[in-house]
Amino acid sequence: MGFKNYCFKKSLWVFHFGGASCNNCDIEILDCLTPRHDLERFGILLVGSIRHADVLLVNGSINIRDKERLIEVYNQAPKPILVVAIGACGCTGGLFTDSYTFAGPVDKIIPVNAYVPGCPPKPEAIIAGIIKLVLNA
Amino acid sequence: MDTESIIEKFKEEFNSDILEIVTKNQKRVIITIMPDSIINVAGYLYKTAGFRFIIASALHTKRGFEIHYHFSKDAVGLILNIHVILDKNNPQIESLSNMFNASNWIEREMHELFGINFLNHPNQEKLISEGNWAEGVYPLRKEFK
Amino acid sequence: MSKKTLIPIGPYHPLQEEPELFKLYCDGEIVKDIKWETGYNHRGIEKLSESKTYEQIFFLVERICGICSSSHPFAFANAVEEIADIELTNRAKYIRSIIGELERIHSHLLWVGLAGHFLGYNTVFMWAWKYREPVLDLFEMISGNRNSYAMFKVGGVRRDIENSKISVIRQVLGDVKRKTDLLTGAVMDDPVIHARTKGVGILTRQDIIDYAAVGPTARASGLAIDVRKDDPYAAYPLVNWKVITAQAGDVFAKAEVRLLEMYESISIIEQCLEGLKKEKEGDIAVKIKEIPEGIGNGRAEAPRGEVFHFVQSDGSNSPVRHKIRAPSYVNIATFKKSCIGQTIADATISLAAVDPCYCCTERMAAAYDSNSGDKIMNANELINASVKRTNEIKKTINSQL
Repeated sequence: MGFKNYCFKKSLWVFHFGGASCNNCDIEILDCLTPRHDLERFGILLVGSIRHADVLLVNGSINIRDKERLIEVYNQAPKPILVVAIGACGCTGGLFTDSYTFAGPVDKIIPVNAYVPGCPPKPEAIIAGIIKLVLNA
Repeated sequence: MDTESIIEKFKEEFNSDILEIVTKNQKRVIITIMPDSIINVAGYLYKTAGFRFIIASALHTKRGFEIHYHFSKDAVGLILNIHVILDKNNPQIESLSNMFNASNWIEREMHELFGINFLNHPNQEKLISEGNWAEGVYPLRKEFK
Repeated sequence: MSKKTLIPIGPYHPLQEEPELFKLYCDGEIVKDIKWETGYNHRGIEKLSESKTYEQIFFLVERICGICSSSHPFAFANAVEEIADIELTNRAKYIRSIIGELERIHSHLLWVGLAGHFLGYNTVFMWAWKYREPVLDLFEMISGNRNSYAMFKVGGVRRDIENSKISVIRQVLGDVKRKTDLLTGAVMDDPVIHARTKGVGILTRQDIIDYAAVGPTARASGLAIDVRKDDPYAAYPLVNWKVITAQAGDVFAKAEVRLLEMYESISIIEQCLEGLKKEKEGDIAVKIKEIPEGIGNGRAEAPRGEVFHFVQSDGSNSPVRHKIRAPSYVNIATFKKSCIGQTIADATISLAAVDPCYCCTERMAAAYDSNSGDKIMNANELINASVKRTNEIKKTINSQL
């Protein structure tokens, strides 16, 4: 077992960054934590500060103003960190690629480890994405 | 009070300022007025006639810059569009924000997106653009041949 | 002069096109001033809309807000149908209203949960969100997606609700109603919630008129404005229901209005389902040839208030101007009235009462925003302050018993 695997062996703490999103992915992420899907049974916890997190979830298209903030958050994160782009906007920019404020999908700004497509992805898809990520970390 | 009597009263009040009245149906009326009278018109609608300010929409057309001020009379379900046409090169109009707070943000937004100047606005600083696009660029303006 | 504490809330608040960063300037416990910055979520939807066809715009406006993802298409459809002067079939009207009201139920449940979370009642949060799931299942059954339903198009709806599905919808609604009884009872009878929300974040009738606030925020201050009644659209004139109002204008009144509105929504859906049975299956849309030149003002009542769309058409395939006003655009401005003079612990719930969204307090209480000498609290500390206050009240009330 390498050092990186060792880091992500137990409870993953997740920090959620929403760019210029429509709120759907944000709600589905929160939905994962509520009784129906209950991610906390895997030890996954949403935390309030990036400095405590193992995983950075990014959703929404990133506009020019968000871009600096995203880089700032990524730099503050303890390394190694896993980055997950959630939703069509996080993966590619989706509907908003032609907008005058669009600053590029997440993977053009920071390195991304996993993509969860969908508009919005169902909680099951988000859980599946995180499990795949952990198994392949 | 129904739509006809509201429009009649409006006509009596501002006869000389009205350029055109289009009544599409009982619930949608568009009145084009002189830009200079916007303060009086909005004051009358808001204070006397009991209208609620919904929002204002700016447009860039070949005629220049146009603004539709949308007012709603909820008791009859009427949307009254007060329409003004501003100058092509130097678009400016009196701000309504000293009368009601509801127009504060939208005037700032129109200032950023279209470059329309609102006179006597309490705080006409940037609302959304900060870092999103360059200074002096108005993204919703159009190019006309 | 004492040193002021700066509390940033935000900057992300993705309910409308523009989320914002709220800066609360506090002197001791008391909020003295509030400032906001927006633009973090500006996606240029109004401009994008001018480059898309009318059919495509429905998918775009659906993605303005995930929670109100049927209200924006609703208002846009109303605007375009006004330009083209289209009369819908009854079945399409009923289906539209059913979708709109199901959305209101899930949105209000979501709000109740978050309000509970801000007060330190995480159980309410978990329960309300659990009860919300069956409603999302209904959406999945009807449209194939839990959010962003893609049900609307010019002249009708995309998918039918087959008569065979009516009994399932009835059954789920019955469950939701029982769960709502439970939640309403728990919220209305709890002395701690009364102590935390009554007299907090008051908006007077005059404030509402001044800021032109809409929806439950206005109705909780005694203004009976509701687009569904004032400017009826879809199936709302065909069914019986009443507008819920309260007089106090505080957080409790807003919660009361929302909870009671859920019962009205359930009753509207039941009547619509009854109406659906009488109409022929599959008769859900009328054919549209073209959209003529003209101006359309469409509005619809979203869970948070009036959504307004202004569309100008030049007779081509796409609009020349499309202006969108989400209800939070006017409701959020009322924070200036409801928060100043309150304690910090009450600020979160006053902000939440307008139902902006949880996102602002969930994340990004930024460390990069340090003004020299000003202490910065983060979102967790802010919620903790609120939770602490609830616990204190709990103790006092328990000791009195």
